Amino acid sequence: MKLTKTEVEHIAKLARVKISQEENEKYSEQLSEILNYVGQLEELDTNSIPPTARVSEGVNVWREDKVVQSEIKRDELLKNAPSEFDGYVKVKAVLE
Amino acid sequence: MKSELAKLRIKDASLSLAEGKVTSVDLTEACLAEIKSQNGEINAYLNIDEGAIRMAKEADARISKGQRLGDLDGIPLALKDNLSTRGQKTTAASKILENYVAPYDATVVKKLRESGAVFLGKTNMDEFAMGSSTESSYFGVTRNPWDKERVPGGSSGGSAAAVAGDMCLGALGSDTGGSIRQPAAFCGIVGLKPTYGTVSRYGLLAMASSLDQIGPLAKTVEDAEVIFEAISGKDGMDATSTDYIYKSEASDDLKGVKIGIPKEFFEDGLDNKIRSQIEKAIEQMKLAGAKFKEVSLPHTKYALATYYIIMPAEVSSNLARYDGIKYGLSEEGDNLLEVYLNTRAEGFGPEAKRRVMLGSYVLSAGYYEAYYKKAQQVRTLVKKDYGEVWKSVDALITPVTPSLPFKIGEKTADPLEMYMSDVMTVPINIAGVPALAMPCGVVDKLPVGVQFIGKPFDEGKLFQIGRVYEKLRGELKK
Repeated sequence: MKLTKTEVEHIAKLARVKISQEENEKYSEQLSEILNYVGQLEELDTNSIPPTARVSEGVNVWREDKVVQSEIKRDELLKNAPSEFDGYVKVKAVLE
Repeated sequence: MKSELAKLRIKDASLSLAEGKVTSVDLTEACLAEIKSQNGEINAYLNIDEGAIRMAKEADARISKGQRLGDLDGIPLALKDNLSTRGQKTTAASKILENYVAPYDATVVKKLRESGAVFLGKTNMDEFAMGSSTESSYFGVTRNPWDKERVPGGSSGGSAAAVAGDMCLGALGSDTGGSIRQPAAFCGIVGLKPTYGTVSRYGLLAMASSLDQIGPLAKTVEDAEVIFEAISGKDGMDATSTDYIYKSEASDDLKGVKIGIPKEFFEDGLDNKIRSQIEKAIEQMKLAGAKFKEVSLPHTKYALATYYIIMPAEVSSNLARYDGIKYGLSEEGDNLLEVYLNTRAEGFGPEAKRRVMLGSYVLSAGYYEAYYKKAQQVRTLVKKDYGEVWKSVDALITPVTPSLPFKIGEKTADPLEMYMSDVMTVPINIAGVPALAMPCGVVDKLPVGVQFIGKPFDEGKLFQIGRVYEKLRGELKK
């Protein structure tokens, strides 16, 4: 199987990564090769096998629903923000 | 005198500190001197901790008052740069986090601080832990101290090279598909990937959340054990961490220990020079009373394929946060989508992009069942293989890698070829079991590693086997 140019464009969009035409070709080849390799799982009959989502025990690990003061202060967090306004992280419009 | 101190094992350094024969400042300065002399070429460290001498002085003050906190108090260690260290850059060797300063400590970092360890700095790695050679780092490759034209392995190559080069007395790394064990083997040192859940992942920049574990890299088995004890245990900040308290096995022989030799790890693709070193180790261990038998893990060959579906899927989810909004690199764009697209195009290297795309694909509508769900089902089969084998043996012995450390640039042309070097380490993460990698010999002046795989939560047995074998093996001849 070989991924088409359009499929790679779609995948890149899902991954939110802009790629050039040249990169599209390169990744198309590499991703196709990898997908062909992992496709060998088809050889196995997994009909009645449950999927494993987690390898450690513990389902629904709870803690008390209590508000705890964070050790980290707001200004320390904002130091890493690319764009800041009045104590908020500034972003492009989300809704039109 | 100074460089002799850098060569010390943690256990010996600890004894010397306790006896007042050496100070933490002496040890720390010795490591810093090694870093100064070697790091320009080796590139093990990305950042040196400016507070190292201060931490050492604080340790010395405690020790002189008879208030030493434990075996790690005053011991200089290195930390892989995907571990959050408060107030310091934590980059995961990626351009997208080049200037990111962590506002909090990872739990393992906090635990080591509380044990009095001295932090020398953050070490190089494959970008976001994606790789087996440290060649995908945005900050350049790390060279193997055994042969500078060769890779130190990955993704914890910086930590491994730092330990092997005596630029620290021990280090932390992380292992998702072999990233502690393979560099340990390539650099001739000891590395442990603990049972999933025994070490908190809070503060580890996540790669694949159902596979990641943090673990020690050290010069000896006992040193690795000391570090593991300090970093393990349940953590409320990590919902996948388990109630676990490490307890060392007192035994100094292997009487009654049954070790399986899984045939699928010894097939044709294995370098015969590595095969003969493992066989030698088996013969030596028999002398200490260990019993060996051939066993089978039939789904081993499918584990790598399973990994290269599950891991990228989880990666695509975990790396979604690097979007130019709250932290990290942010590129301009006409609208929100453009900011995401441009930031990630600029900030991620090719391997990160490959895996994020692969992961998005295998999770996408129409493909989820054929790939991701299928892989999770095969994961159950791989796990079952190990469950079966524990009915007749206590541990397993295998090689760590199919070949000796390769040359820088040798495998970068073909991603799949690079992935294949993980074939013996990946099944362990898929099954969630612990494994210890340690040196078993030297071939063509390069180190060869042996891997011991254990039952879940049986790190005690692994360290016992490791300690006894290390003594039987004796000193490695470089």
